[in-house]
Amino acid sequence: MRPSLRRRTWRAAGYALGGGLLAFLALPVVALFVTGSPTDWLAGLRHPITAPALLLSVVTTAISLGVLVVFGTPLAWWLGRSEARVARVVETVVQLPIVVPPAVAGLALLLAFGRRGLLGPLLEGVGIDIEFSTIAVVLAQVFVAAPFYIQAATAAFAGIDENLLVVARTLGARPATVLFRVALPLARRGLIAGGALAWARALGEFGATLMFAGNLSGRTQTLPLAVYTALESDLRAAQALAVILVVIALAIIIFLRPRRGLHRR
Amino acid sequence: MKRLAIAALIGFGVFGSGATARAEDPKELTVFAAASLRESFEDLAEAFEAKSPGVKVRVNLAGSQELRTQIENGAQADVFASADQKHMATLLKAKLVTAPRVFARNTPVIIVPKGNPAKVGSFEQLPKAKKLVIGVPEVPIGTYTLQILDKAGADFKQKVLANVVSRELNVRQVMAKVSLGEADAGIVYRTDAIAAKDKVEIIEIPAKLNVIAEYPVAVLTKAPQAAAARAFVDLLLSSEGQKRLAAAGFVAP
Repeated sequence: MRPSLRRRTWRAAGYALGGGLLAFLALPVVALFVTGSPTDWLAGLRHPITAPALLLSVVTTAISLGVLVVFGTPLAWWLGRSEARVARVVETVVQLPIVVPPAVAGLALLLAFGRRGLLGPLLEGVGIDIEFSTIAVVLAQVFVAAPFYIQAATAAFAGIDENLLVVARTLGARPATVLFRVALPLARRGLIAGGALAWARALGEFGATLMFAGNLSGRTQTLPLAVYTALESDLRAAQALAVILVVIALAIIIFLRPRRGLHRR
Repeated sequence: MKRLAIAALIGFGVFGSGATARAEDPKELTVFAAASLRESFEDLAEAFEAKSPGVKVRVNLAGSQELRTQIENGAQADVFASADQKHMATLLKAKLVTAPRVFARNTPVIIVPKGNPAKVGSFEQLPKAKKLVIGVPEVPIGTYTLQILDKAGADFKQKVLANVVSRELNVRQVMAKVSLGEADAGIVYRTDAIAAKDKVEIIEIPAKLNVIAEYPVAVLTKAPQAAAARAFVDLLLSSEGQKRLAAAGFVAP
């Protein structure tokens, strides 16, 4: 009798604790939806600020994700497969953007790539003007989202059984074949999950963008910046924009979430 | 038993310190002030504390619109100082404040980074700034900027707006981009420009084109420290208060 009672108590406590956190996380999102009406959202969709911001957000986050996959995958491969100490150091450094406040990240980007930044004279020499441009939006997104993709990809590559790669090689597969036919499919789940998280983070990026890229409709004003701008004048428009943002982010996470069954390969 | 003793000790400590703190607790005056009042209100708070022993001034600085929203949602405050009349009028209509009075005026100026890289010599040469940063029309400084450009003529306005690279959400962000040298010029309040005078140069806007921002102050209807709040407003309007505000770049009402 006693052990079963104790187990039930533990389970009840677990439900209460987990459920409490779940309610805390869900309530603000629910509030965002239920305190507005579909007419509000329609009005928000038609607000002149919305369409350019939506388009810019979709385009820049897609480019950012592309940049991350192309540059981040080789880095994650090395981090996941290397036993060198320096790899562990790099792994830590790569996580830095998570703990740096976004506004600080924006300032740091400005001090590095801005007109008076470290690389400023160099960039000016070749005629590239980064600050206040759409390129700056992409750089800010890549900076803050990179850790999410690299971390997941690193774990995915680290989890590949070395023997499978060795077997493929001994069977005569060329390096490219091993990579594309064996390694990447095996790591696919982690890569997709990391990509989805990174994309969602890029979509929500605000502080670094505002600092580094500024706020100009059609050029640097992404959805989060549009929400903040609308907040100054029209709370309902801001809320409608926020709902759009949440729906897109949810869609990304739901569609790209790894299926449960795949966990047990 | 040991755990119980520790718990008792902690409990005693908490209640004990709570009781002593309450006995000596000074009265706390909460002042909600627009972000552009930072330097002058910190100075005025000190002056007020020196005059009124036992009163501690806590200044909460944020955008006027943000402070207004906080007050509307029941924030505990005694004094509200706004950077424009609109937000004060809304609160007055809702009977959340009583008898607002203008205590200071501020005028927009053009700022350029130290050294003036784009060689903007006067208001008329503003189109020479190829990277111009202004406020969004939704915030007061953005509204004022557009009013000034309207007065300067449609052609001039068009030339200037074509060079806008960012519409910032508050004055401090305009300041940041110009003082870092990333923008060629910006339009901010004189008080902000004076606060950063080691990083930026000021270019005057001709008086006939310029607009004047009025700063109203009021005691909240439900002020917990109403007497101290009235005394603080009196200090703002006194010659000493006006002198301190003038040092920050404000003009007397």
